[in-house]
Amino acid sequence: MTAMAAPATQVATVTAARSWKLPITLGVFGLLSFVLFGLLGPAGSVTTFGISTGADLLQFDPVAVPTRATAIVLSVLCLLLAGYAYVRVRADQPVGRWVLAVFGVLWVLTFLVWAVADKSTSIVSLLQGSLLLAVPLAFGALGGLLNERAGVVNIAIEGQLLTGAFGAAVLASVVGNAYIGLIAAPIAGLLIGAMLALFTVKYHVNQIIVGVVLNVFAVGLTSFLFSSVLKNDAATLNTPPRLPTLPIPLLSEIPIIGPVLFRQSIIVYLLYVAVIVISIALFRTKWGLRVRSVGEYPQAADTVGIDVNRTRWRNVLLGSMVAGLGGAFFTIGSVGAFGQEMTAGKGYIALAAMILGRWTPWGALGAALLFGFADKLQQVLGVLETPIPNQFMLMLPYVVTIFAVAGLVGRVRGPAAAGQPYVKG
Amino acid sequence: MTDQQPAPPPTGEPAPEPAGAAKPHPEGAESARWAATFREITTGPFGVTVLAFVLALVIGGLLIIVTDPDVTAAASYLFAKPADFFGAAWTAVSEAYAAMFRGAVYNYDAPTFARGIRSLTETMTVSTPLIIAALGVAVGFRAGMFNIGAQGQVIMGAAIGGYVGFAWNLPPVLHLLLALLGGILAGGFWAGIAGFLKARTGAHEVIVTIMLNYVALYLVAWFLTTSAFTRPGSNQPKSPGVKDTAQLPLLLGDQFRLNAGFLVAILAAVFVWWLMTRSTWGFRFRAVGSNQQAARTAGMGVASSFVLVMVVSGALAGLAGAVQILGTEKALTGGIAGSIGFDAITVALLGRSKPLGIFFAGLLYAGLNVGGRAMEASTGTSINIVLVIQSLVVLFIAAPPLVRAIFRLPAPNPVVMKGVSA
Amino acid sequence: MKLELRGITKSFGPLVANDHIDLVIEPGQIHALLGENGAGKSTLMNVLFGLYQADSGEILLDDVERAFRGPGDALAAGIGMVHQHFMLVPVFTVAENVMLGHEDTKAGGFLDLEAARKRVRELSARFGFGLDPDAVVEDLPVGVQQRVEIVKALAREAKVLILDEPTAVLTPQETDELIEIMRQLRESGTSIVFITHKLREVKAVADVITVIRRGAVVGNAEPTASESELASLMVGRAVSLGLDKAPPQRGEETFVVTDLTVLAPNGQAVVDRVSFSVAQGEILAVAGVQGNGQTELTEAILGLLPSAEGSISLHGQELRGLTPDAALEAGIGFVPEDRKVDGLVLDFSVAENLVLDLYDKPPYAKGIGLDLGAIRRNAEQRIAEFDIRTQGPGQEVGRLSGGNQQKVVLARELSRPLKLFIASQPTRGVDVGSIEFLHRRIVQERDNGTPVIIVSTELDEVVELADRIAVMYRGGIVGVVPPTTSREVLGLMMAGVPHDEAIAQVHDQTDTTGATQ
Repeated sequence: MTAMAAPATQVATVTAARSWKLPITLGVFGLLSFVLFGLLGPAGSVTTFGISTGADLLQFDPVAVPTRATAIVLSVLCLLLAGYAYVRVRADQPVGRWVLAVFGVLWVLTFLVWAVADKSTSIVSLLQGSLLLAVPLAFGALGGLLNERAGVVNIAIEGQLLTGAFGAAVLASVVGNAYIGLIAAPIAGLLIGAMLALFTVKYHVNQIIVGVVLNVFAVGLTSFLFSSVLKNDAATLNTPPRLPTLPIPLLSEIPIIGPVLFRQSIIVYLLYVAVIVISIALFRTKWGLRVRSVGEYPQAADTVGIDVNRTRWRNVLLGSMVAGLGGAFFTIGSVGAFGQEMTAGKGYIALAAMILGRWTPWGALGAALLFGFADKLQQVLGVLETPIPNQFMLMLPYVVTIFAVAGLVGRVRGPAAAGQPYVKG
Repeated sequence: MTDQQPAPPPTGEPAPEPAGAAKPHPEGAESARWAATFREITTGPFGVTVLAFVLALVIGGLLIIVTDPDVTAAASYLFAKPADFFGAAWTAVSEAYAAMFRGAVYNYDAPTFARGIRSLTETMTVSTPLIIAALGVAVGFRAGMFNIGAQGQVIMGAAIGGYVGFAWNLPPVLHLLLALLGGILAGGFWAGIAGFLKARTGAHEVIVTIMLNYVALYLVAWFLTTSAFTRPGSNQPKSPGVKDTAQLPLLLGDQFRLNAGFLVAILAAVFVWWLMTRSTWGFRFRAVGSNQQAARTAGMGVASSFVLVMVVSGALAGLAGAVQILGTEKALTGGIAGSIGFDAITVALLGRSKPLGIFFAGLLYAGLNVGGRAMEASTGTSINIVLVIQSLVVLFIAAPPLVRAIFRLPAPNPVVMKGVSA
Repeated sequence: MKLELRGITKSFGPLVANDHIDLVIEPGQIHALLGENGAGKSTLMNVLFGLYQADSGEILLDDVERAFRGPGDALAAGIGMVHQHFMLVPVFTVAENVMLGHEDTKAGGFLDLEAARKRVRELSARFGFGLDPDAVVEDLPVGVQQRVEIVKALAREAKVLILDEPTAVLTPQETDELIEIMRQLRESGTSIVFITHKLREVKAVADVITVIRRGAVVGNAEPTASESELASLMVGRAVSLGLDKAPPQRGEETFVVTDLTVLAPNGQAVVDRVSFSVAQGEILAVAGVQGNGQTELTEAILGLLPSAEGSISLHGQELRGLTPDAALEAGIGFVPEDRKVDGLVLDFSVAENLVLDLYDKPPYAKGIGLDLGAIRRNAEQRIAEFDIRTQGPGQEVGRLSGGNQQKVVLARELSRPLKLFIASQPTRGVDVGSIEFLHRRIVQERDNGTPVIIVSTELDEVVELADRIAVMYRGGIVGVVPPTTSREVLGLMMAGVPHDEAIAQVHDQTDTTGATQ
């Protein structure tokens, strides 16, 4: 018999359409910074950055640089990167992701040099603060991706953070031990997670609707308990101790990096552990393979004997615990006492971080750090009274996310089955 | 697995009638009919709504009980004097809900009818923007799009509608109409961004609209730092008052806040009913929402439909914002929208995305809010319990099997829940 | 392993999909389960595989009763299934898909991908599949994906392998290769349940044939039974082969496609410089294995897909670049291949679906208002004319049977004067009674003088309806031949062999062997 090749065994010579988005975007931003921060920047000004904290063993003098010249140099570097991206695209070569990362760092630095003109700011405290502000976002994003990888959209991150914050504050306050709060927070997050799983996995209610409504529920419940119980006896119920800073010996003495990464409280270290563990578990273990199959193609998982809905239940609960733990940051990780609606939309930024991080733990961490940085920068610049209204800095994470989902910063593709209830047959 | 779908029988015959519905027993016809009616009421959409509401009130009651100081005091000697405990529990709950009723519907303790009925007019006032914004959300739902961004659209509508109202000088009726139009355009534009991005790049409207909520919030916060939006010589984040010519007239005189915005809400409901069931736009919206590919094959513009749906949806939310500022608030502040946009989602779900349902759901929702405030003032029970009740009602409504399981009711004939399961 | 099903009954609401089905599959046998679309074959296999729970009945393995609560139990018992829609996770690699559900692990639950790769290579080598364990499944062609599915089942040491309509996506030649694989598997002791509705394949490979109709076993047959015997068992009455249709009254060639090219998003040409024309009063049937560009061709004509180059001319009007709306306006009637996905809005009423592409034109619309009365009158008229079995114009279309749904689509598309009528898979998943009706309507439209294009992967339908047959392969037209062309030649052409060569090859084969036809 004449064995013909199968219709499509022949590998297509794929000539994917070139995308000029990246070079154009980089070019525009590079030019913007060149003109705004460089050419139109203040002449004769000096920008000062502190790079040590008082507690460091090795002390460095603050670095002072001429504002305009530095901004011009950095902008030129940005434009060179844009040019590199252009050359690569024209030659049909892939542009490494490092280009975008380096560009981002350079661009922000340019902006910073310009914004801090004639003033001084501490790089260390800026980064330290960014990391701290990123903690709840990263935990929330991790919780979200544990859900979505199994095919359940988690809009209720906000509610999980809020109940987590509440649980941590109350229990830590009652027992008088901040670490107890770290146990209470995930359990409180679990409450919302269990409701999410009940309504979406068991009753197939639309996942987005349940998430939105659960956020209202979480606000209502915590606010109600706050005003009818906590307020009456704040001394016992809402005066939690805070998590102490635990510098890691040696590591915390490394200049700049040490105080930023290793002079933090345990919740930050837990975040490091969570990112590493979840990343390995999701991509290197049997459990992770099964979870991802459920999120991508539940029917296929079912036909090889994986219980789809049980997997989803488990992941929703697990994810809500991780997000709940992140909630602890708001109370015992920072200010101590619980306040009504204190998460103030951070859960939605966490959702954005998850998307921007392309549903991977490291990506989520990176996006959370970016948003944390924007937040911290806004605070710093607010104090420094720079020309940028701080409302625009506050908007930044949301605008970046819109750009991201609109494909302007590269295509994002989530788990295929996220949002769809699994009904057998 | 082509031949496993349970729905179409393999024969050319139409699906047979569900068993039981066709042949009632002759002797038990009367009782069977009653049983069927009972089942219809308790398990049909309306019955589930009522039961869901009861369930949420019960859970809310339990929360009130466990957090009430008198009850917890009585609980400490529960076994010695159980009557005290149950008495205290009953008092706590009944007083709270009674206060809520007085605040929301009719205050039977008030000296005059006018003072008593003020509660209801307050409820109607508060329901006005809720109903309008929820209609917007519902248009999205029925067209298969989740407009989670009503909040941002309400904010933008209020900001622009308000700006026209306080910054421009125009003759009476025209000024009001233009101010309302400003709100409509602003809300439509804001939601249109999400529709446009979905049409052009496939960006999911849920994410984009959520993000736009916050962008709108901070944008208006920034507006309120500029001279165009603040009172001369003041650095308070509050705009000048809306001019008389642009205010929605009061309906029942100075004693009541109820204004013509409520009539706008009714008109909006009628408009949405006509749009969705009687117009070619609505036909297209629903077709695209239900099956994009079939709509495309039938020559409908799917991408333009995305944009159009979001614009209509946002325009209604923007109108809600404009009505709120021109009828009730009279000046722009950062908190102008309260939580109208978020509540609108719940109201739309509660009303099953149908105009009439939304009208009543909006009243119910507003009643809970207004009554909750009265409850807090009179019995000290925190108004936040209302949020718990509202969210639980929606969750239960969305999961009729859960409600039936709790009340041990039989499963009804299959009911397709559009909007909620969309 | 001997597998026995006793009295399996499964209903979905009022519909009894399986009615007391008994089946015995002996070890090392290829057992064909023959039946029409919707006869209940897949339901039965899903019950056997644990995806559905039977309402009553027993499953016995080697004479021991077993209960399968889920596919996991069935797999553990040695039953593997290759589903018609592949159950492969598109973003996973071949190795990951093969290992999913019974993963090789190292200590601590870590995946042992190396072991999985090795297993894939071994099994792939044994049957000559040539699979790359690290290829991502979504990048693989369907034929290769099917092999991944088979390897997946074999990796779990399946003793009984269920193949659900495995040839639907294959060329006749690939089908031959699959049949060869099935034989190899049988030699190695695997029992195979082969689900199909294609008589020729059954005759070629089956040891035992069980025919299912309307959810019940209607009989067993030997592979030696003739095709018409099998066919009449399958559809329940002697099928009239051949539709009574008059010879075509060919008019002017008003529809001309020249050098039409359609590119997939990855830049590959899915329709490759296709040229053909259709005359008034003629049916051109486009034959080919699914996925050779037929769908894209029709969608490009309607403007659903952008075409890269070429021209589409109808009565001298250039259609290329028009939106679907404008193409419909130009006089095209279009029946898409998947009515549930592209043809109907299932939760719309029959009346609404009957005006789905006319709703915004008079008499159904006045300005932007709908005329509900006109829509309803139209529905009543079409329901009567096309004998659509429905409770009324207000009934949801999703509740109608497949045949009646298809009638709704055809009724809509044939309800206006047409200059071109295109129907893809006009009778897929439709009961026999409706098929005849639909075919007659299509011929009637031809006799009205409309140029008609039919796309079908069912050779029977092609041969029955066509006045000329265009065979497509890999996006191109291999040749246009008369309907009298033999099936063997058509089959070879569907595999890309040009007409002349195909004739020559068929000659050679019939000369040397009796062939496996």
